Amino acid sequence: MATPSTQTINRRSMRLDAQELRKDFPIFQRTVRGGQRLIYLDSGATSQKPRVVIEEESNFYSLTNAAVHRGAHQLAEEATDAYEGARQIVADFLGAKLDEIIFTKNATESLNLLAYAFSNSEPSGRFHLKKQDRIVVTEMEHHANLIPWQQLAKRSGATLAWFSIDGQGRLDLSNIEEVITVNTKVVALTHQSNVLGTINPLTAIVKRAHEVGAIVILDACQSAPHLEIDVATLGVDFLAFSGHKSLGPTGVGVLWGRVDLLEQLPPFLYGGSMIETVTMAESTWAPPPRRFEAGVPNMAQAVGLGAALNYLNKIGLSRIHEHEMELTEQLLLGLSENSDVEIFGPNNLEMRGEVVSFGLANIHPHDLGQYLDSRGIAVRTGHHCAWPLNRRLGVNATTRASLYLYNDSLDIDALIEGVRGAQLYFGAR
Amino acid sequence: MHLDNLYQEVILDHYKRPEYKGLGHDFQIAVHHVNPSCGDEITLHLRLDNNSLLQLTWDGVGCSISMASASVMAGLLNGKTIDQGQPILDAFLALMQSKGADAGDEEILDDAVAFSGVSKFPARIKCALLAWMAYKDAALQVQGISGARENV
Ligand SMILES: Cc1ncc(COP(=O)(O)O)c(C=O)c1O
Repeated sequence: MATPSTQTINRRSMRLDAQELRKDFPIFQRTVRGGQRLIYLDSGATSQKPRVVIEEESNFYSLTNAAVHRGAHQLAEEATDAYEGARQIVADFLGAKLDEIIFTKNATESLNLLAYAFSNSEPSGRFHLKKQDRIVVTEMEHHANLIPWQQLAKRSGATLAWFSIDGQGRLDLSNIEEVITVNTKVVALTHQSNVLGTINPLTAIVKRAHEVGAIVILDACQSAPHLEIDVATLGVDFLAFSGHKSLGPTGVGVLWGRVDLLEQLPPFLYGGSMIETVTMAESTWAPPPRRFEAGVPNMAQAVGLGAALNYLNKIGLSRIHEHEMELTEQLLLGLSENSDVEIFGPNNLEMRGEVVSFGLANIHPHDLGQYLDSRGIAVRTGHHCAWPLNRRLGVNATTRASLYLYNDSLDIDALIEGVRGAQLYFGAR
Repeated sequence: MHLDNLYQEVILDHYKRPEYKGLGHDFQIAVHHVNPSCGDEITLHLRLDNNSLLQLTWDGVGCSISMASASVMAGLLNGKTIDQGQPILDAFLALMQSKGADAGDEEILDDAVAFSGVSKFPARIKCALLAWMAYKDAALQVQGISGARENV
């Protein structure tokens, strides 16, 4: 049995050394704005890429490039192995089955794929929506998980309803039975808010949704890169996330769906690779996942994503999360010491992630962001593609810092100092 | 510090003490423009008085660049005819497209030459243009109204 002291040592040796990790990411070799160190606090928009990912994508083109699932030659075989190998890595990453993983171009496409596939459903089908039906979302959705459902509601005549948020930026579930009514067919929500950082509790929502026979769709864009996910434990029916926020290349996203549901789901994009038989008048569809991957897919990007997830697995998501939460605590504390700062979202660490949005008295986020940029600090400013949430918060824009494994406490210090610097610069004090 | 190119004193002054801010009740045209990438918003109220001179008020929320630009613009255009306003509008648009190469003609643009630095910050050009684009829209509409009146 380990004594407490060796346990402490073990835990300490498990800590991430972000400075060391940054050496894996070529971009941190460059400087910005006149030779300053890059302090990248915008991973919620897109993450930086480790060398192994860039090389894996490049190697695909250099060594194995050929159209997957076609061709009778060695390259086609190797390309298919690499692409399907990446699918297996994604499946393992989510605790899913191989055939439940669909590669898309990004999470936005994953969610649109679902909404359009629902529209293509036969009136007798499981996914068909009609006038009496209801689609439920939340007030904190990214546009990518709001507009597809809003428009599906328009196309089908169904009603769009939503959960609102409380003063701490958490979902108000007090009226869960009035929101998720017996007519509800779809509940689509984010796992972690890309503005507030709130991690939404899923158990009650999934339970109520399944009670009324609704399908639960989870936008895991901000959670999958940071939290260990097991789809069976979550209990949701579909899940989307982005490759590019998970250290992977741009141009690849993931849609996971429960196999029994995917089998019943009609396609959204028609064309090559997604068919079983074709005549001039009729076609039938391949089984999932290929039914949903028409055309030559984003092979190099999928393979790059496989390398990214391997890299994350090697470090361990729980260590990454722990590291990020330490930094988040430092950031929340540092910001709250500044009386001109208003933090939007939970101000404690309970059920929240590494995204922190805030406002600064008398200084517009765009001006703050510009000032921070002049000090080498990259943050995001604006409505973060969640305009309705901004309205709910009563602001037009916020400044957002979002963290990842390569950030360290010096980055947080720089941000907190930078905010004070902006106050001096713009003379708001 | 290169940031000072962007945040010139004139700009910060207009941001803190904006001119013609607060919408006038007597107007012929109201336009509302937003910058969808950042959420900045502006409303312009515009009227041509009996001498066809522009009476322009505005309100909005946004960054210092977009709000100062609205204030400077209102100062430049108020009391001018639409025709007199046109070269000012043209000069400002040209300044914004100049990538920092143009210092701006002070005779035409007056305080608005302070925005020359903005053209070096591609992400901020839209901020500076928000009010001007709203004006461009409003001017076309008000001309439509007065054109229609003349035809009567
Ligand atoms: C919560 C959330 N959903 C969806 C998206 C869209 O992701 P993608 O860029 O992969 O389409 C984002 C990314 O900004 C996000 O933060």
